[in-house]
Amino acid sequence: MNISRRHLLILLPTAAVAWKSVLAGTPEESPNYKMTEHWWGMLIDIPKCIGCGNCVRACATENNVPEGHFRTWVEQYHVTDWNLTNPEVISPDGGKEGFPAVKEDPNGKYFFVPKLCNHCADSPCTQVCPVGATFITPDGVVLVDPKYCLGCAYCVQACPYGCRYIHPEKRVADKCTLCYHRITKGLTTACCENCPTGARQLVDLKNPNDPIHEFLRTHSVQILKPQMATGAKVFYNGLDGSVR
Amino acid sequence: MNLFKDAGHLFRFAGLFVIAFIAFLVIRGYVVPKSFGKYGHYRAAAIDEIAALPIKYAGHQACETCHTDIATVKGKGMHAHVNCEACHGALAAHANDPASVQPVKPDTAVLCVRCHSASAARPKNFPQIDAAEHSNGVPCETCHNPHSPAIDAGGAK
Repeated sequence: MNISRRHLLILLPTAAVAWKSVLAGTPEESPNYKMTEHWWGMLIDIPKCIGCGNCVRACATENNVPEGHFRTWVEQYHVTDWNLTNPEVISPDGGKEGFPAVKEDPNGKYFFVPKLCNHCADSPCTQVCPVGATFITPDGVVLVDPKYCLGCAYCVQACPYGCRYIHPEKRVADKCTLCYHRITKGLTTACCENCPTGARQLVDLKNPNDPIHEFLRTHSVQILKPQMATGAKVFYNGLDGSVR
Repeated sequence: MNLFKDAGHLFRFAGLFVIAFIAFLVIRGYVVPKSFGKYGHYRAAAIDEIAALPIKYAGHQACETCHTDIATVKGKGMHAHVNCEACHGALAAHANDPASVQPVKPDTAVLCVRCHSASAARPKNFPQIDAAEHSNGVPCETCHNPHSPAIDAGGAK
């Protein structure tokens, strides 16, 4: 192929423009959102949860969660007086369509426990990723980079809370993003927005005016599996000891 | 005595090594994204890509800017803290273009019992009914205004 000087001079700026547009593929940062000013978590008030499944449906809609997989789900516990440490746990379709009605048990109790990624400050899942595809952001949200993820599922095994899955079509690890696309725009998460009783609340631990600080001081709040030292940031109020 | 008399092959090998190392650095410069390592051992641009995903639930603040009448009624009733889209579904598309995207009226026969059907697993202080016994098939909204459902509070239709 012969390229004359004239053609080369035309081609060069065209190539430069094309390369610029390739580089410009990454979206801009949200203008008013400063990552260093937030440290996100969630508060779950067990005595308020009615097991309606609104959070599960809202999450699936907002985040296109594939059928049969869950970024958040609700479990119904049945704990009997004589077997406190072996509860009977059900979660039909993640609690998406609610739960079958149960009759009062004179020898036990029933309650609901919503679960989601705990957005651990020292998360086991980010430590095992061999390619740097999962990480905790400076504002405390554990995310997956779908362009870097190989789908090796090390993180799926590492999560002590079972909050990750391999996306059946994308073949990459997928999980709760704490609705990062919403919270960075000043909205709450889809699950919190749609919780009718306020059993789930998004909390910002770096915001001194957030009611979470008052709540943590005045209530008996737990995290799941504290013995694993994950630094979980999903706080449960009124959590029963039988919940694992 | 010349130490380097027969060392030519070593120099050639060292040269190859240096060229390979430079090639490695150049390729690495191209392949590794610019934002990798900005905050840690990951691609910082991934954060912005996830933050740029589209929103499906507009949030009750968006609803209340237009539907002020319903917001006022709801604000006084038992459902004051139940957000709009908890019943009406994801409506960011409607909020962005109210004229062309119209929400579908929820079916109260399905909707109300999701929360209010009686079950021992629900909190004791939460209002619960046995649908068959409570209304015998009469639609909930015949007696209750969904936006302010308590009948004695003047919420009845």
